[in-house]
Amino acid sequence: MSLTMAEKQAEQIRQISGSDPYKCMKCGKCSASCPSFNEMDIKPHQFVSYVVNDNIEALAESKSLWKCLGCFACVERCPRDVQPGRVVDAARQLVERQRGGDHLHAEDIPALLDDDVPQQLLVSAFRRYRR
Amino acid sequence: MKYSYYPGCTLKNKAQDLDLYARRAAVALGFELVEIPEWQCCGGVYPLGTDEIASKLSSVRALNYAKEQGQDLITLCSACHHVLKRVNDDMKNVADISDRANNYMQLDAPYKGETTVVHFLEVLRDRIGFDELKKKVVNPLTGKKIGAYYGCLALRPGKVLEFDDPENPQIMEDFIRALGAEPVIYPYRNECCGAYTALEDKNIPAKRTKMIFDSADGFGADMLITACPLCMYNLNKSEADSKVPVYYFTELLAEALGVKEGVEQ
Ligand code: SF4
Ligand code: SF4
Ligand code: SF4
Ligand code: SF4
Repeated sequence: MSLTMAEKQAEQIRQISGSDPYKCMKCGKCSASCPSFNEMDIKPHQFVSYVVNDNIEALAESKSLWKCLGCFACVERCPRDVQPGRVVDAARQLVERQRGGDHLHAEDIPALLDDDVPQQLLVSAFRRYRR
Repeated sequence: MKYSYYPGCTLKNKAQDLDLYARRAAVALGFELVEIPEWQCCGGVYPLGTDEIASKLSSVRALNYAKEQGQDLITLCSACHHVLKRVNDDMKNVADISDRANNYMQLDAPYKGETTVVHFLEVLRDRIGFDELKKKVVNPLTGKKIGAYYGCLALRPGKVLEFDDPENPQIMEDFIRALGAEPVIYPYRNECCGAYTALEDKNIPAKRTKMIFDSADGFGADMLITACPLCMYNLNKSEADSKVPVYYFTELLAEALGVKEGVEQ
């Protein structure tokens, strides 16, 4: 039996993240720890379940991809080492690796600058928001 | 003692104070920061994808340079420290990443994570010792109530960074005590400031930094210290009523050691 597109993408997310979403026991600790919980439409613990259920289209459209701060609070606290932040990152990369998938473009930058913006902010945003 | 020093891009530009005061303090404390020649930017955030090799190579080059010098690699920026420690862990423990990076780089000898990466604060704690630091303080910051703002990248994931207990750190509080000031412990000291979302969604750092200042101010802090230029930026941009001044930890260190106006290394 051949894999559906969604199954293939779920497998890609598992490979890019190096995480095993099947280990999740749905305790919700990741979402309880997440500083961006209120900004997210799909919460970190739900994100993991969506991958388990091959529900990738919804993830690809989720604004959570751009609201995760990469703070690793969820990674630190997950009792099952699922590393939810890495799952979010892998879904984001799946989107960005497609042609036209970048969330931030070099032409956008001048309008976003002020005199104090540290180089670190630019390189970090570039690395997380585009490939 | 000589260290291979990895300053990072921001310390050469918007965060020059973090670098300058560290160099002055190092002279006073008797260790040497030897800047790695031709270091390349680490990218600010660790490339999380297991198949991302190219974006880890700038870190590997710096790590390998330190190995060839027989020196430990020292960092000041929380983000550089985070990225270099995690890439070093990959080179040591993740065969796939290590093999592919080495195959590409073709170094004289493969790099296998031999270098020890230390943050400047770890050198103060583990090599100099906070008791020794205290003895070298000539201008104790007596009466100042200082909140340590750790943020996230210095601490997490704790298993790889091994900087301090990620849930209840104390290295910066011990540092503050060594300078003669009083540390203020407040709940939001290791909560994220909003990070890179500042570029396109200012609301997130606005909310995060308000919570951080409210928390610190509520526990009586007169000022905060940080090791991260992005934390510094986000905190400085905050419009919270509870805002207090924020300093790089190295500035207070140089002040306490009496070398704030001193000669550079
Ligand atoms: S890494 Fe992302 S998902 Fe995890 S706690 Fe931080 S912001 Fe939330
Ligand atoms: S903390 Fe870990 S185990 Fe708990 S819900 Fe989140 S991913 Fe699942
Ligand atoms: S973390 Fe930042 S400041 Fe440090 S080198 Fe890397 S990008 Fe530049
Ligand atoms: S607190 Fe903010 S800038 Fe500082 S380390 Fe965390 S994300 Fe980075």
